[in-house]
Amino acid sequence: MATLRIAGLEKAFGAAKILKGIDLDIENGEFVVLVGPSGCGKSTLLRLIAGLDGATHGEIFIGSRRVNDLEPAARKIAMVFQSYALYPHMDVRRNMTFGLKFSGMAKAETDRRVAEAARMLRLEALLDRRPRDLSGGQRQRVAIGRAIVREPEVFLFDEPLSNLDAALRVSTRVEIAKLHRLLGATMVYVTHDQTEAMTLADRIVVMNQGEIAQVGRPLDLYYTPANLFVAGFIGSPAMNFFEGAVKGRTDSAVSLSGAALADFELPARGFPGEAGASITVGVRPEHLRIGSDSGFRFEATVELVERLGEVSYAHARARDGRAVVAELRGRDVPDIGDVVTLGAADQDLHVFDGEGRRVELE
Amino acid sequence: MPKPLSRAIVHAFLIAYSFVAVAPILLVVMNSFKARNAIFGAPLAPPDSQTFSLIGYAKVLRSAHVGSWFANSLIVTLSAMALTLLFGGMAAWALTEYRLRWTNALALYLSIGIMVPIRLGSIAILTMMRAAHLNDTLIALILVYIAQGLPMAIFILSEFIQQIPRDLRDAARCDGVPETRIFFEVIAPLLRPAIATVAVFTIVPIWNDLWFPLILTSSETTHTITLGVQQFLGQYITDWNSVLAALSLAIVPVVVIYVIFSRQLISGLTAGAVK
Repeated sequence: MATLRIAGLEKAFGAAKILKGIDLDIENGEFVVLVGPSGCGKSTLLRLIAGLDGATHGEIFIGSRRVNDLEPAARKIAMVFQSYALYPHMDVRRNMTFGLKFSGMAKAETDRRVAEAARMLRLEALLDRRPRDLSGGQRQRVAIGRAIVREPEVFLFDEPLSNLDAALRVSTRVEIAKLHRLLGATMVYVTHDQTEAMTLADRIVVMNQGEIAQVGRPLDLYYTPANLFVAGFIGSPAMNFFEGAVKGRTDSAVSLSGAALADFELPARGFPGEAGASITVGVRPEHLRIGSDSGFRFEATVELVERLGEVSYAHARARDGRAVVAELRGRDVPDIGDVVTLGAADQDLHVFDGEGRRVELE
Repeated sequence: MPKPLSRAIVHAFLIAYSFVAVAPILLVVMNSFKARNAIFGAPLAPPDSQTFSLIGYAKVLRSAHVGSWFANSLIVTLSAMALTLLFGGMAAWALTEYRLRWTNALALYLSIGIMVPIRLGSIAILTMMRAAHLNDTLIALILVYIAQGLPMAIFILSEFIQQIPRDLRDAARCDGVPETRIFFEVIAPLLRPAIATVAVFTIVPIWNDLWFPLILTSSETTHTITLGVQQFLGQYITDWNSVLAALSLAIVPVVVIYVIFSRQLISGLTAGAVK
């Protein structure tokens, strides 16, 4: 177990910059999830940490060791791949011990580790089977077992659940969370699935276009996204956005207007934008209420209602043609074609400036 | 065109081709069991109780050199095959796995080897072998056949190596497996179908080759079976019984080797590696 420190890390393939300066500190025993859309560089970052690719610039420290020039195995990491990457011609036991035999480990110690990992992951009955005789979930457990027996300082997971079906994904996710508590190891986990990110992470690193968009605890990211990208990426269905402009401001309030919105005022001390500055107001579907008389409100035509039971999602179109989703509780849902007024309380609004950065209102 | 008809046509072609390919071999084997008169009297008739004779085989097996010719052929073929697979596999791995400055140029150079027949270099090879004091040795033959087989072996094996999932090599690296062991213990076992293919492609031309034994070996002790059989072909008298018997015998080892390797030509070995 160790801390992981990444400083000014850059990676370019030819002219294409994949990572543009990543700085990240990961605590000992922390579970950090890298999340972002495909192509954001999260897998590249993981491969650089693992040592499978070399960095163009910057440094990586595991504990106090600078590992830039070390081979993957010497970095004391273990990686679990999306495709499991089990050795197909070896049985489960050999899959787990194959790497250990090159470290000159005594047989007794190897056996002890395999037995322990097998017990933890319920693989005892499968030790003599080949990967092709295992189910997807079992294969992934073997892949995790192969990582555990190395007793690495940092565990790296590259989308480990993406190839599993939905039910198995949930149960394996729970197992990984338990495993993290049990081992107390530092773990870095890459996924594009925000449910995995939210449920597993101590801290989430949201990445976009080779840069870190925000680092924070799951609920912090959800309730105080630092920028438009994070606001739109975290949360499902996604946050609704309304472009607008600052109409005027006083010391204690700012008045805003937008194409789809009725003009409204927000209490805000020291609002940075001058009159005329463009802003974006974001509101999560769960915070929209039908028939709200709050300042922030707009009219929309309901186009579709998805009824899930405890909630329903109303897909509506605002006056300026933008699509809006509202989460409604209970049985009282509008019909298709209804024109409804949707609004949200001031404290549930997220305001972003012209550059897409969050503006704190109080 | 209706399906059954097109299938019938395809099968007709395949049967015709099989006949063309097999008929001469069948003729050789058939006539090797016949007496000399019967070979000339009715070359297309199978041996019957009147014409059946093992005289060809008896003569061939009595001949002092046939055993050593067979041994030479086997030594040369199997050594050249083994070394072609070893070096070809390692070169294919290096060319596909490590992106070095000269990788592309090297791959191009090797692919030229596929296009240019090695026999064009016969004179240079002969001079080289003489200079190295290797003429009239089996080593000379083995070296030439490795050079002949390598380009194709590298080409085929590279294609197969590229199909092995990247994650598998990365996993082995994370596991601390040294590069050479990754090749021999992770990659090579997964290449078995490809290795069998290359082995068959390599063996047949070497076993059947007459040209290089003819120019590189001069004494009877270093002849291969294909060259040795020529001894039975005289300018005025040809001992057809012996020729046909020796040729029939020469077919056997290749067929055996082919059967052994064709069992390995089973795909789906990588099932369970990923996904």
